[in-house]
Amino acid sequence: MSPIFYLLAALTIGGGLAAVLLKNLVHAALATTVAFAGLALLYLELDAQFAGFAQILVYIGAVAILIVFAILLTRGSDLPKDSVFSRTWAVGLVIAAAVFAVLAWAVLQSLRAVPQQMAVPAVTVHDIGNALVGRYVLPLEIVGLLLTAATVGAVIVAMHEKERPKP
Amino acid sequence: MATSPLFTHLDQIFILLCDWLVGFLPAALRPAAGVVLGVVAIVCLFPALFALTTVFERKGLGRIQNRLGPNRVGPFGLLQPIADGIKSLTKEDVVPLSANAAVHFLAPLVLVVAVFMGFAVLPMGRNMVLVDMDAGLLFFFAMGAATELSVFMAGWSSRNKYSLLGAMRAVAQMISYEVVLLLSSVAVVMISGSLSLPKIVDAQNTYTGIFPHWYIFTPWGLAGFVMYAIAATAETNRSPFDLPEGESELVAGYHTEYSGFKFALFFLGEYLAMFSISGLGTTLFLGGWSAPFSFLAFIPSWIWFFSKVMLSIFVFIWMRGTLPRLRQDQLMNFAWKFVLPFTLLNLFVTALWRFMGEGWLRWVVCSAILAAAYVLMGRIGMRSEHFGPRRYRYAE
Amino acid sequence: MLGEGILKGMAETAKNFFLSYVSKERMTTVEYPEKRIPAVEAARVFPFLVYDGADWQAGMRCVACQICEKECPPKCIFIEKSKDKKPDYVGKLQFYPTRFDIDVSVCMSCQICVEVCPFEAIKMDNQFELATGDRFGGLLYDRHQLARSNEYYHSVHPTEASQVDVRLAAEKAKVEGKAKAAAEAAAQKAASPTPPAGGGS
Repeated sequence: MSPIFYLLAALTIGGGLAAVLLKNLVHAALATTVAFAGLALLYLELDAQFAGFAQILVYIGAVAILIVFAILLTRGSDLPKDSVFSRTWAVGLVIAAAVFAVLAWAVLQSLRAVPQQMAVPAVTVHDIGNALVGRYVLPLEIVGLLLTAATVGAVIVAMHEKERPKP
Repeated sequence: MATSPLFTHLDQIFILLCDWLVGFLPAALRPAAGVVLGVVAIVCLFPALFALTTVFERKGLGRIQNRLGPNRVGPFGLLQPIADGIKSLTKEDVVPLSANAAVHFLAPLVLVVAVFMGFAVLPMGRNMVLVDMDAGLLFFFAMGAATELSVFMAGWSSRNKYSLLGAMRAVAQMISYEVVLLLSSVAVVMISGSLSLPKIVDAQNTYTGIFPHWYIFTPWGLAGFVMYAIAATAETNRSPFDLPEGESELVAGYHTEYSGFKFALFFLGEYLAMFSISGLGTTLFLGGWSAPFSFLAFIPSWIWFFSKVMLSIFVFIWMRGTLPRLRQDQLMNFAWKFVLPFTLLNLFVTALWRFMGEGWLRWVVCSAILAAAYVLMGRIGMRSEHFGPRRYRYAE
Repeated sequence: MLGEGILKGMAETAKNFFLSYVSKERMTTVEYPEKRIPAVEAARVFPFLVYDGADWQAGMRCVACQICEKECPPKCIFIEKSKDKKPDYVGKLQFYPTRFDIDVSVCMSCQICVEVCPFEAIKMDNQFELATGDRFGGLLYDRHQLARSNEYYHSVHPTEASQVDVRLAAEKAKVEGKAKAAAEAAAQKAASPTPPAGGGS
């Protein structure tokens, strides 16, 4: 594994840890953004250009903004009076370790399944596009439906109440 | 004549210069040195253009408003940016006591870095793109999205309710028009078949007779260009969409609490964003570095690119001098109720154009659909609301 | 149609832009301080004291009646009356100001002092380039700095000065006429037969 990978991994993990440990909520949101950026750079290091740029565009450009808007609109920017950790942190640690074990097992299994010497296929945006509307068109349409439902829901939630009939 | 060695050399002069300079280094360092040289060129050229643009903007706005612009510093006021630069560098850097110092410091940096990254994929001449990425357009928009974050950081860290308000408005506006920007570019991608900007320019670099195949000369291209121009004006917070930073509205919006060099960085970031979005618009719709008539192809390609970019900047300045500022709800209304549906329709018309095949029929059908939709949507989508007695909703 | 207004507006501003280079009435900017707008007659900036003739002290019209000091809204005038008298333009003996200070940094150019002066002694000047580096007295003008001749008054406000001159000449003529009539009456009295002066009452 190259030194760049370790650097990017450190950046991502650092961002994630800061997101959990920082007291100020907006600082934590910005640290999450750093973690997203680290992920995007990891994708780019693996030559997955589309995934990397889509990560920046969607996560940093939209999801991070969403998170900060949510923080600001719900008065969450006051500093917490108690400490950052909850009282049941031991249980949290156990659950996190369990999830990590499952993910690590899944990744290692897939590594064993794929032989090491296989060349990385060069995937262009063209291929991704073809796959999206060819083989994976059903998931694409379902995601589209989901997004439409989310948009309609957002509009309904934010819409003014209907005018009551004038007396 | 266009292929005579003199004009080819003139066209590629910067590439030749770069190769000559890099040739002094050992072969292993040459690619990296070439890239570094390109970066240095961009970092020196575009701020210089920015300085020139500030003078032209002030003089242009002055002439539009029947007054002289600055004319004291240097001949015709052309050295005014030097005076402005000295002023902003020597001003005291005031940071509010309760401001979040780290975020306050980082916001202008994030803006400038993100904007500079966008220049890496613009083809400024034949073979003159810094990094030829397969997904270049996507990279450009990703960098544009990062600028929204810096606007929010600036507004929130200032601990000033007007800054925060300005930042929220700016981010809402930028997100809405980002969708429009992307969708109008998707039409171009559909026809040219590639996300790589040099390939898009190559697709437009063909001529029938003397007329070029720029996308703006097609019905969907013209509609797309107009929508792109509107979205670009809104993305860079330019008049008439400059409510977030309107001087008479919110002091200076999200950069109220910035002074001195940090303010200069915000200013620089805004103008550089203008340049890079104009550059992208030129690449997508105006044919990038290709000449307007085939017999003019002997003029170097980079001259055409920069002329088109400066023309777009001039149109930005013209719009600023003409239109009053749009109110926040008016501009959001405009984005979601008119521009976005029109852009979606434009996508459909582009597809129709592609699949109808060559001939005059597709011109007629596409133009007719777009014109009818424009008139109809203009009537329906932009109908002014009837103002009744005010009803207030209080937050629970 | 949507967008029509924008196009009309852009045509208008383009017209402005190009015509501002050729048309003089569009470009109304006067590049101060190399060029100046010609002074307007009715302009008023800060007051000055008028004197007739060559000697500013003997010819000063101000008789220290202190009406302008009382009427001045920001109270920027300070007058000290003299103990002796000097003759004015008709020859009558009047007081004169030994001190007449106007703090020009306080003066608000309202012209009330000019309106209430019964002696046409204080008038408005039109000089505004009075900036000075002296913070502590640079803009406090004493009576010598405020004194300007009647010719200067004519050069600044020609019509007004001519009217004032006509008025003053009429006054002088009236006074002289009365004096002449009194002198004639006295002469007639002296010439006509009078009762013996000795036993008169």
